[in-house]
Amino acid sequence: MNAPASPSKLIKGATGDWEVVIGMEIHAQVTSKSKLFSGASTTFGAEPNANVSLVDAAMPGMLPVINEECVKQAVRSGLGLKARINLRSTFDRKNYFYPDLPQGYQISQYKSPIVGEGEVLVDLPESGGQIRVGIERLHLEQDAGKSLHDQHPTMSFVDLNRSGVALMEIVSKPDLRSSEEARAYVTKLRTILRYLGTCDGNMEEGSLRADVNVSVRRPGEPLGTRCEIKNVNSIRFIGQAIEHEARRQIGIIEDGGVIEQETRLFDPGKGETRSMRSKEEAHDYRYFPDPDLLPLEFDQAFVDALAADLPELPDEKKARFIADYGVTPYDASVLVAERASADFYEAVAKGRDGKAAANWVINELFGRLNKEGKDVATSPVSAAQLGAIVDLIGEGVISGKIAKDLFEIVWSEGGDPRQIVESRGMKQVTDTGAIEAAIDAVIAANPDKVEQAKAKPTMIGWFVGQVMKQTGGKANPQAVNDMLKAKLGI
Amino acid sequence: MSDLTNLTLAEARDALVRRETSATDIAKAFLAAMEKARPLNAYVLETPEQALAMAAQSDERLARGEARPLEGIALGVKDLYATKGVRTTASSKILANFVPGYESTVTSQLWRDGAVMLGKLNNDEFAMGSSNETSAFGPVQSPWRREGSNAALVPGGSSGGSSAAVAARLCLGATATDTGGSIRQPAAFTGTVGIKPTYGRCSRWGIVAFASSLDQAGPIARTVRDNAILLRSMAGHDPKDTTSADLPVPDYEAAIGRSVKGMRIGIPKEYRLAGMPAEIEALWDKGAKWLRDAGAEIVEVSLPHTKYALPAYYIVAPAEASSNLARYDGVRYGLREPGRDIVEMYEKTRAAGFGAEVRRRVMIGTYVLSAGYYDAYYVRAQKIRTLIKRDFENVYAQGVHAILTPATPSAAFGIGEKGGEDPVEMYLNDIFTVTVNMAGLPGIAVPAGRSSEGLPLGLQLIGRAFDEETLFSLSEVIEQAAGRVELPQAWWA
Amino acid sequence: MSVDQATVRRIAHLARIAVTDEEVPHLQGELNAILAFVEQLAEVDVTGVEPMTSVTPMMMKKRQDEVTDGGYAEIIVGNAPLTEDHYFVVPKVVE
Ligand SMILES: [Mg+2]
Ligand SMILES: [Zn+2]
Repeated sequence: MNAPASPSKLIKGATGDWEVVIGMEIHAQVTSKSKLFSGASTTFGAEPNANVSLVDAAMPGMLPVINEECVKQAVRSGLGLKARINLRSTFDRKNYFYPDLPQGYQISQYKSPIVGEGEVLVDLPESGGQIRVGIERLHLEQDAGKSLHDQHPTMSFVDLNRSGVALMEIVSKPDLRSSEEARAYVTKLRTILRYLGTCDGNMEEGSLRADVNVSVRRPGEPLGTRCEIKNVNSIRFIGQAIEHEARRQIGIIEDGGVIEQETRLFDPGKGETRSMRSKEEAHDYRYFPDPDLLPLEFDQAFVDALAADLPELPDEKKARFIADYGVTPYDASVLVAERASADFYEAVAKGRDGKAAANWVINELFGRLNKEGKDVATSPVSAAQLGAIVDLIGEGVISGKIAKDLFEIVWSEGGDPRQIVESRGMKQVTDTGAIEAAIDAVIAANPDKVEQAKAKPTMIGWFVGQVMKQTGGKANPQAVNDMLKAKLGI
Repeated sequence: MSDLTNLTLAEARDALVRRETSATDIAKAFLAAMEKARPLNAYVLETPEQALAMAAQSDERLARGEARPLEGIALGVKDLYATKGVRTTASSKILANFVPGYESTVTSQLWRDGAVMLGKLNNDEFAMGSSNETSAFGPVQSPWRREGSNAALVPGGSSGGSSAAVAARLCLGATATDTGGSIRQPAAFTGTVGIKPTYGRCSRWGIVAFASSLDQAGPIARTVRDNAILLRSMAGHDPKDTTSADLPVPDYEAAIGRSVKGMRIGIPKEYRLAGMPAEIEALWDKGAKWLRDAGAEIVEVSLPHTKYALPAYYIVAPAEASSNLARYDGVRYGLREPGRDIVEMYEKTRAAGFGAEVRRRVMIGTYVLSAGYYDAYYVRAQKIRTLIKRDFENVYAQGVHAILTPATPSAAFGIGEKGGEDPVEMYLNDIFTVTVNMAGLPGIAVPAGRSSEGLPLGLQLIGRAFDEETLFSLSEVIEQAAGRVELPQAWWA
Repeated sequence: MSVDQATVRRIAHLARIAVTDEEVPHLQGELNAILAFVEQLAEVDVTGVEPMTSVTPMMMKKRQDEVTDGGYAEIIVGNAPLTEDHYFVVPKVVE
């Protein structure tokens, strides 16, 4: 069941148009204190082999004991993906030899995963619109250790600190049709997991990695042979890897070649994908149920309790912001991208003009935070302070222009905005006498301009500017406008 | 006291509490016997310092009247059990000089209860074998010989060091493990008693894994009572092994002497194999008669899938083993053979570190799990396992309390006599015991007589899940009726 | 089913066990003897039978999420054939 390819997403080749088909396997590190099957810490950046238990190092006779919190996190994630939760799932061993895989197998869920099919709604910021991406499954599995290859000319160094850390492998259906869609999908998935608190989404530390399956075909034709690009660890690289890989495949086919199914690596330096030589050998993982672990079973009440405790998710929050605060869908998307941002916005917007609040949060605050490499959590301006600024504008105490100066003072010096306005005399002048005096002075000094304005009413803007200058920006612009019109007779 | 090594475990325990002897004297007597018995090759490591230190502690507690259940009881430990700070090898070259930084749950419970460790006992490499001939330390010789013969016999396997040491009076009891018969078959071969408890009764934590869904720890000792005493300390729920059962551990010794009157004992007709030696058949009948004399009711039962247990076992066990033994790769512990690259390092290490039988089983296991064969072999074998378990459930649902069978199809055989050409010849040794592992049930082997050549023969009782007590009551009836096994002559000393 | 020599070599490689040319025919014979022995399982009707996954019917217990283990790198690497600065050291792995 394929929807017709949207022409905007097609790639032009030498011989015609091509459609790229993308499916993703995301490995998301479960947020937990200890590992999936051992009591060792999951903390990032520890000394080599410090966060390793006897179980993680696969000492003879060691046995896995499952971490209940990791199970809950997987269920929460499944609920967040609107997916089917399987009350019974099993753990299988995936057998292969690698120095960072101490047991000689990875404990994973092959036959029956903890979470089945689900769906993610993805907004496309660049091309606009929204797509639905099917989730095939989510399963729990162990992470491997880390091999360092650059410490010695002929040897690799193995650190097992990551060995046994819980991962959720989230497999999408091949529903993505462009690098933009792929990037938007990962961004959305990351947002959902961060909302749920089930994965911190930190791609630099490897908490979220993507295996990207890419194939190309002529529109309407059956699926082409896919290549899997392993372990891409930034959203930007995901886009670059797809662009390069699609072009590479199109080039091969257009030159009369065929695509070989293989595993590839993305080289961010060169912006290219290349074949992984060590993975060339055909794998035979010999999956079978792990005899050390009983089936993972829980009842619906367990799921219901987790569902009841779930936070509001981005899609619902966005709908609510649009309905309750009257913000545009685009602004709502920006506001809900991070739970902390949404919370901040809501604290500003509550009981105020939602649109004005959105404007101040997005344009002034986020813009400034971005420029300074800060985020909402480290914002020098609190929601209460920003709310007070919005209030002062709404009450007509300060003008929009003065408000920007006020924001600047609060940003760099802190303090109560209302007091600052008071103490520094930033109040808007609404006293008509004072405004009238200023207007009269300007009119008196510019008789030629007065004549011009009579013929060309838009000249009023120049007069407003002059009056504002005279009053140090504190005059109420509306009052100035009204009085000018009367005086000039336009 | 004359020869402390002749005491049963229960007798030693009582003598210690009565202060008629000391833990130190007992330890010394066994250490001396072990030294003399080195030609048997039962111990792969003697730990006299540990033994004497632990015995001294026991003596202090005995003096204070604070004896724990196994205070001063000198035991041997199968080298499959990790012992903290004491070399543990599974009798494989691949573990080389592995010294674990941890103690297995079962042995730690024995030390908690006051037992004394004499040393580590030989076994078939990674418990793969039925004769203790696959050990990297060489075969164990049984203390038993055929009448009028000096031919070296096997003590059974894989717990051959344990059975030989108990039979030769080199410890009061020993730990063992049983994956397909590795406690019961060696016990039967050496005139000792061994129980494989229900799967989940003892923790597997810290015991080198062979086949995880089949492995169980258990004791080998001289008497049924000694088994009951040891099992009580070995058993129990362990949060570190989620396949261990969270059930209270009964006072097994209290089951000794309990009446078996009115119990229904099943005789499975499928165990009457074509070509079964007449003396095994006669022994089986005798066992049934003894139980009938004690008031039990003997009924014929059917376990229709019996004949498929052994072939199914030889898929399931190697499959699990091939995966369990993948960790022996020369990276984190044990042997490493250099190689040009990592793959060659793995291949050379594992070729040099594993013996022939282990390599064979790892390869069979790899094959039956590999793409295209998994369903035909592994999945089918696990389905048959379901049928085997169902057979037992049907019998027990008919009110049967336990099942009586021979323990082995023959008496002990000579070293080098079996399995040279065809590995299956050796595998057939476990034909009566392996069904019990496949169904996860408890089974006990108890001496019941002698072969025409004067070698011990044993019977097996199979119980309901977690009903080891009934097995102790019933096997003690057989033990009493058969009479105490005479000691083999100490020809090695 | 029976295995040929190429299969013996493939299995040995999958199991990461080096085999010499002389060993291959022996292994082939032994593996085929075992496979012939298990062949009889084919005669059992297993339709509708669930494969056994756990021999004892019980619920799997779960651990609380607490850091209760680790922090002993010297024990972890204590038995290793080659280490440096608490890392395991192996022949270089090429990706
Ligand atoms: Mg994958
Ligand atoms: Zn994965």
